[in-house]
Amino acid sequence: MAADVKPFIGSKASPHQESEAEELRKEHLMLDPMPRDEMNQMVMEAMTTTTRKWWAWVIGLGLAVAVLLFGAWGYMIATGMGVAGIRRPVYWGIFIVTFVFWIGISHAGTFVSAILRVFKAEFRRPFTRAAELMTTFGLAAGALYPLIHLGRVWVFYWMVPYPNARWLWPNFRSALVWDFLAITTYLLSSTIYLFLPLIPDMAMARDRSTGWRHFIYKLLALGWRGTEAEWFRLRKAISIFAFAIIPVMFSVHTIVSWDFAVSMVSGWQSSIFGPYFIIGAILSGISAVVTILYILRSTMKNMDYFIRKEHFDALGKLILIFSMSWAYFFFNEYILAWYGGDEALKQVLTLHATGPSAWVWYTMLICNVAIPWLFLWNKKVRRTPWLMFIITLLVNVGMYAERYTIIPLTLGHQRSPFDWGIYNPTIIEVSIALGTLCLFIFLYLIASRIIPLVPVWEVQEGQMSHTLRKIGKTEIPSVTELE
Amino acid sequence: MTELLAKEAQDEKWGMVIDLDICSGCQACVTACSMENNIPFVGEDEMAYGRGMQWMRIRRYWEGEYPDVMPDHQPMLCQQCGSAPCEPVCPVFATLHSEVEKINLQVYNRCIGTRYCAINCPYQARTFNWFDYEIPAPMNSYLNPDVTVRRRGVMEKCTFCVQRIVKGRQQASAEGREMEDGDVTPACAQACPTDAITFGNLSDPESRVSKMVRSDRAYKELENLGTEPRVTYLKGGKSYGG
Repeated sequence: MAADVKPFIGSKASPHQESEAEELRKEHLMLDPMPRDEMNQMVMEAMTTTTRKWWAWVIGLGLAVAVLLFGAWGYMIATGMGVAGIRRPVYWGIFIVTFVFWIGISHAGTFVSAILRVFKAEFRRPFTRAAELMTTFGLAAGALYPLIHLGRVWVFYWMVPYPNARWLWPNFRSALVWDFLAITTYLLSSTIYLFLPLIPDMAMARDRSTGWRHFIYKLLALGWRGTEAEWFRLRKAISIFAFAIIPVMFSVHTIVSWDFAVSMVSGWQSSIFGPYFIIGAILSGISAVVTILYILRSTMKNMDYFIRKEHFDALGKLILIFSMSWAYFFFNEYILAWYGGDEALKQVLTLHATGPSAWVWYTMLICNVAIPWLFLWNKKVRRTPWLMFIITLLVNVGMYAERYTIIPLTLGHQRSPFDWGIYNPTIIEVSIALGTLCLFIFLYLIASRIIPLVPVWEVQEGQMSHTLRKIGKTEIPSVTELE
Repeated sequence: MTELLAKEAQDEKWGMVIDLDICSGCQACVTACSMENNIPFVGEDEMAYGRGMQWMRIRRYWEGEYPDVMPDHQPMLCQQCGSAPCEPVCPVFATLHSEVEKINLQVYNRCIGTRYCAINCPYQARTFNWFDYEIPAPMNSYLNPDVTVRRRGVMEKCTFCVQRIVKGRQQASAEGREMEDGDVTPACAQACPTDAITFGNLSDPESRVSKMVRSDRAYKELENLGTEPRVTYLKGGKSYGG
């Protein structure tokens, strides 16, 4: 990135070749370079434009967060957990379902940004930041739930290891403590990982802004000047983090799955829960990335230059692959239960498909398997953004249903039929769950106008390394290895 | 005297035997338990929704096809497992094993209400304080001073009437003797009109419970899970024994 050279693209050629090259450029962002300053201005413009509609959304969502989330939660704290619909034997309900859902969403950022970075998938470049923001805000929304679901939230800090008057450490044998530590680690490391690639963009914004924005960007750019040594260190740091955060990501969702898998509940006690949860998390995470990219593309200025059909296409293929892997693990759960012959487990799995709440189970299968398999093999569908928007929303509905099946519905079928019970969520629980959704969108809306949502330098770096080279009479795209 | 206490502490391993063949399902044990342990009454609606605060519940099953049906009763309480699933999952050590009595303790003041222990209990023997339940006058005058009153947001469960165990031990040591079989009777056993519940020290091979545990009719609930329950049920072939 140090050298400021304009890539040599498309020499004089015949009209036929010209149009072919033109098509390639239209299709691929990496082959469609733009003068650097123009691109910087485009991103700055997208970031600083706030319409009346945007303000209305921000204020509306802010109010919704205050009422739905904090209002309902405050009421629950003052009255008691009883205002939620949970009961014996379903002691965990919507709160834990939504918790797992958000932790799942938070896998997108790391997956897109770290795994695709490590494997040098070039299509990732324009939306790594959008995905990383999802990780951070998804975790922010999800990390509230271990607090929300506590019976006595005012003493939550007893789970934190610190020297105290009770002379007591937390119980490190408890999966909840592992959970607490894993989520804290992931939140910290993903925030740093969000911040590192942001530094050059902050410097870019600093040089093109005035007033309070200039002040904030000046602080956050950490005095970035763009020297060779700075780029070298930044690349090194990002590369270390990209590799290091992948095992953290795997550990987080396996540990969340251990909350269930280490217990004695039949239907939870399963050794495949770790990978099963990770595949599910990545499936819902990538789907959420597509959903968000569609919204960004249709509501923010200049975004259609950065987010193109090729990106929906590539992500659509990934969703199809992960939907198939998810189905494979789902099948695993059933075949192992059938082979093992445990009566209680067999009952639980049968009741999921035939019991009074079977519609949740069918929703899960239709949204997670049937819809992706029926539609995503088709290139035309994958390249139609609004269709992708609907499909990915449905995938996340399906993933929510999966967690709902795993948590309250499994808990409802205990080993002794006398203890069976049906759980009905109350308005307070639903309101808190919706409240965290509002919180997520609210934070995202604010962030979209404060930090550059497109990692400009990464796009420019990519465009620098991609060229159309003439070999014989045809022009073919070529990539230069950067690292 | 401290040596005596220490010696007794070593051999205490409390256990209970419930003879299902003579249990009539009258719920006297449930009532006695509620009175002894200051358990609040939650009202009809909450009870029907499955939030009854009972440390002891009578599980009722039906045997046979209508009209030829027979009820089956099984008092279900905390099994005081030797290897208890509820203990390792608590993040704050609110439920743990007592070294003296070898029962599961619930420390109400430590509980933060994750409800993980209740999920992991295969017997569903735990109850949660969903609200602050009011104990209306004059019932508040009946509260047992030996038992803590719990607030909302904490878990609770059967303690084998640990307050009576402590009292029995103190009584015996005040009289300068060792504890004998029958010194400690929990509220449920005391109230049982058919004497279906027997309580005693399992580490004494000659105690009544130890003898009953060796019965041909003895079984432990969900023993295959490896929880090592301290409650043994006696059950013959059919309803009402036989």
